[in-house]
Amino acid sequence: MRGLQFDIAHLLAGMLVLVSLIQLYQDRLQSLINVFALHAIVLSLSVAWQAHIQGAPHLFVTALIALVFKGMVIPVVLHRVIRRLGIHREIETVGGIGLTMLAGVAMVGLSMVVMLKVTPGADPIAREDLAFALSVVLIGLLMMVTRRNAVSQVVGFMSLENGLILAAAGARGMPLVVEISVAFSILIAFIVIGIFLFRIRERFDTVDVGALDRFRGDRQ
Amino acid sequence: MNVEFHAGFFVFALLALAAASVPLARTPRGPVIIYGAAAAIAAIAALSGAIAAARGIPLQVRLPLGLPGIGVRLQLDALSSIFALIVNLAAALASLYAVGYGRHEHEQGRVLPFYCLFLLGMNLVLVADDAFTFLIAWEFMSLSSWALVLVHHKSEVNRNAGFLYLTMAAIGTLALLFVFGMLAGGAGGYAFDAIRAQELNGFAAGVTLLLALVGTGSKAGLVPLHAWLPPAHSAAPSHVSALMSGVMTKVAVYGFIRIVFDLLGAPDWWWGTLVLVLGGITAVLGVLYALMQHDLKRLLAYHTVENIGIIFIGLGLALAFKYHGMTGAAALAATAAIFHVFNHCIFKSLLFFGAGAVQTATGTRDMDHLGGLIHRMPGTSFLFLVGCVAISALPPLNGFVSEWLTFQVILLSPELPDWGLKFSIPAVGALLALSAALAAACFVKAFGVTFLGRARTPEAAAAGEVDRYSLAAMGVLAALCLLAGIFPGVVIDILAPTVTSIVGGRMPVQTEIAWLTIVPIAESRSSYNGLILFLFIAFAAYVAVYVIHRLASDAVRRGPAWDCGFPDPRPQTQYSASSFAQPIRRVYGTLVFRAREIVDMPRPGDLRAARFSVRLRDLIWDWFYAPVVVGVTTAADLLNPLQFQTIRRYLALVFTALVTVLTVVALWQ
Amino acid sequence: MAVIYDLLVQGVQMFLVLALAPLLTGFVRVIKARLLRRRGPPLLQPYYDLARLLGKEVVLAENASWLFRVSPYMIFAATWVAAALVPTFATGLIFSWSADLIAIIALLASARFFLALVGLDIGTSFGGIGSSREVTFASLAEPAMIMIIFTLALIAGSTQLSTIAHIMSMPELGLRVSLGLALVALILVAIAENSRIPVDNPATHLELTMVHEAMVLEYSGRHLALIEFASMLKLLLYVSLIACIFAPWGMANPGAASLAFLGGLVLYPLKLAVGGALLGLFETSIAKMRVFRVPELLGAALMLGLLGTLFLFVSGSF
Repeated sequence: MRGLQFDIAHLLAGMLVLVSLIQLYQDRLQSLINVFALHAIVLSLSVAWQAHIQGAPHLFVTALIALVFKGMVIPVVLHRVIRRLGIHREIETVGGIGLTMLAGVAMVGLSMVVMLKVTPGADPIAREDLAFALSVVLIGLLMMVTRRNAVSQVVGFMSLENGLILAAAGARGMPLVVEISVAFSILIAFIVIGIFLFRIRERFDTVDVGALDRFRGDRQ
Repeated sequence: MNVEFHAGFFVFALLALAAASVPLARTPRGPVIIYGAAAAIAAIAALSGAIAAARGIPLQVRLPLGLPGIGVRLQLDALSSIFALIVNLAAALASLYAVGYGRHEHEQGRVLPFYCLFLLGMNLVLVADDAFTFLIAWEFMSLSSWALVLVHHKSEVNRNAGFLYLTMAAIGTLALLFVFGMLAGGAGGYAFDAIRAQELNGFAAGVTLLLALVGTGSKAGLVPLHAWLPPAHSAAPSHVSALMSGVMTKVAVYGFIRIVFDLLGAPDWWWGTLVLVLGGITAVLGVLYALMQHDLKRLLAYHTVENIGIIFIGLGLALAFKYHGMTGAAALAATAAIFHVFNHCIFKSLLFFGAGAVQTATGTRDMDHLGGLIHRMPGTSFLFLVGCVAISALPPLNGFVSEWLTFQVILLSPELPDWGLKFSIPAVGALLALSAALAAACFVKAFGVTFLGRARTPEAAAAGEVDRYSLAAMGVLAALCLLAGIFPGVVIDILAPTVTSIVGGRMPVQTEIAWLTIVPIAESRSSYNGLILFLFIAFAAYVAVYVIHRLASDAVRRGPAWDCGFPDPRPQTQYSASSFAQPIRRVYGTLVFRAREIVDMPRPGDLRAARFSVRLRDLIWDWFYAPVVVGVTTAADLLNPLQFQTIRRYLALVFTALVTVLTVVALWQ
Repeated sequence: MAVIYDLLVQGVQMFLVLALAPLLTGFVRVIKARLLRRRGPPLLQPYYDLARLLGKEVVLAENASWLFRVSPYMIFAATWVAAALVPTFATGLIFSWSADLIAIIALLASARFFLALVGLDIGTSFGGIGSSREVTFASLAEPAMIMIIFTLALIAGSTQLSTIAHIMSMPELGLRVSLGLALVALILVAIAENSRIPVDNPATHLELTMVHEAMVLEYSGRHLALIEFASMLKLLLYVSLIACIFAPWGMANPGAASLAFLGGLVLYPLKLAVGGALLGLFETSIAKMRVFRVPELLGAALMLGLLGTLFLFVSGSF
């Protein structure tokens, strides 16, 4: 299986992990959203390649959805949201950027150990895709945990979802219906989060989710 | 000459010297005689270590002392003879240094006897061949060095250091006591031969490894058991600091190797990972602590912690490869570790001697009160610089060789079948590289702030060069740094029998390779030649000097410093130890030390002086030691009423304890 | 006879790097000037600068020590030796087995050690700024470099540059994510090590931006010439290193025909020119970073190197 097919699949999936880590490195909202768009584009390339080598045309649809919605529509909308809300452009992090990067690399290592240990007999491409997908999911979660800003939490959530799509595309034979329903649920989640964003902004003059905690009385 | 005579000679010579030093300490020539004799004895001991290492046949002695049935067994085998060589070499040079340095000591009576006993204790640990002798020698070494820490007991800081040291030494010895208890097993054979024959089951062996890590790691300074080391090592007189930091920690490493590689039998799968990760953490934390110091000797002592980490990385790799049956790689790892033991012994002694020279010449070891010593102490500063380059792992000196060997072992990690190791070894490699780079930063700081720049105090400006003996001792060590760096193959071959004895294999013979190159695995894979590199650099420098002095202008004019047009004549405006470390403190310290900078800037019109202070927290102390201290204090308070009981109640207490123990024993069987 | 031939090749290499280093620096300056629509200095200006500095007298600060006078030679020699050991037009140089890639990096670290020391020698605050920042950046750049070496060594099974170059030129190597990561990380490290723009600006004397310049502020005359020459050699070294690892084509193998050596000699300056042009383009398109953003950049390089090593286990596990 050491052909060009494998190499390109490996390259694209690896790039997705890399872009996830680049997301962690960003300290400005605008650039974060741009990197997120890149994330989606790499994902759609990767899925398209899987479609090509698996001979599964419905995966091309998935790739197209990822490209159009996540690569274009959502970033544009998020940019507009930021401009309209006039949100402070710096991302506030819990712990330094260096620390989260380190944790991100640790997540990658962890997911590789886990995946390579539990799937010794699986198809190499699927196996490697799963390892990368799990790291993308973990990094997405890490981002949601370590960023105070609601917009970056949204971005973390969506890159997490990208990881799920990568896993599904690698796992051969995911029906289109599932994909569409996943995309739809993401859209719903996006709308909900959008409304949520506007509401906290209205009420607290900030999108720092810490404001909610303060309101609830968890912190002083 | 028979072996008993040899052993007896060293023991009685050092004991006699210790006894003689009590009256001699009061005479003006006394210290010189004692240190001279100690140097001679240590040199002979080093020589016999070398001969024993070369002969390769273990020497055994059994003295009719100690516990009945065991006696005192001494043995000089491949492992102990190489450590005896290293330890006594450094001890001989420390004694030579002390011939000059020791004269400045006011409390001769408190130093000399314990110094001789300390040398004796370290040697006895190395040759002990049964658990009883080992523990007695170990405790002897601890207590005599504790007495040396408390030489200047009038200072509060030193008293605290001594107390902490004694506590940690007690904990370490306790752990070792249990180690030998576990090792001896139910049969209770305490001679090392009997222990080797004993097979421990997996769980017991694992517990023994953990206890051995506590016991020897606390003496060596493995994080988090390192807290006592820097205050204690810096409190003692400098030649003793050199011995404690450069030599006693190596005896602790010897203890670890002896117990884990020799006595404990085949390693388990997780041992290598544990030791490796502990080593990596120790290396990075040690050097970060060192960078935050402004006391020269404390900086060196913290840096010892880093080097212990590097040695334990090598030992952990050796354990991991040994478990997986890759003898060649294990031999490479063990060679790297023991090579680093030798290197660290040499350059850390050199640096402590230099620090002692600085303290003698200026009366202080606070780097912020020094500066510009390179003009006043040219010899010391040159030799100290050699030590700094060597310890920063820069080619072509010796520190680089052992780190290079360690990197070569790390590169063999993909061949391991274990996934955890595959991923943790490159991460530890990153930690090792980080600690090497930080070590260079640390020694730029140590040398730059102490010896370069302008004198910050009148004492530093009036310093003078130290005596010939001190310089000679430092010179020998500096020469050894260079020689071990450019002829590493010779050292590797000398270490080969030792390595064979602990991992069952050795590196290929190096001295027969053309041009004295070292080739750890295969020529196509990697090779290093310190000699050629050294000559190549010398040639390049010579060409540069020759061409420049033939073709370029030779004119030199002295003038005031330029400094972009704003030179400040006050030496206080120079970079200090703390300001040099500021960027590193900001990058790493906010995480590791919770470093906070507090700037108190008065408003305009306010005549207060502006204040800047830095607050560092030792998280290991806060998380690891403070709870223990609180726990012990609370327990002591709770138990306090027991001190005020009637005799009947005491008897009842003893009786209950006895009955409980007997019940446990009855139920156990 | 063969030994003499090998020595000749090694000698050519030593003097080739010496001859080309100022040219590369001059070329980057020309590219940068043209991109800014300036005419810029002539291509050969660095040679003129060096000659002019060599002809001038040295003005030493009053409290300069012997170390201050010796260090320029040490720095130059260590950098020169390191540059002479990186294969440029031919692999398998006769002394290449005396130092592998780790040792070459360590040689550069030796040069930096002395450079940082002399920054502290005069006892000025600028020198201190430069030294302390230099060692801080190095403390991240060196581990990053070591991780890159790990990645390469795990692919090639060797830390010997000649072997690495040989393995990298084989077509069956295929595409590897790890190599991409290593390349990006190596470029980041090279930029930081050579004090190029996002990290440091070699052209300013503005206190907030200078690192390298601050350390050598007190140097003049021939000493300054040597140090400048050493930094030019270092730039050449890193460009050659990237070329040797990631574009190993056209290098003459040991024992090849003379024509192969000639081919290598022609191709090498071309590779340098491409590298220099890309560097100039990159430098003009990016702004200088805040000093305390640099550790994050180098930390990212370290992460990339580590990630490259980790990815290798994935692709290497079949």
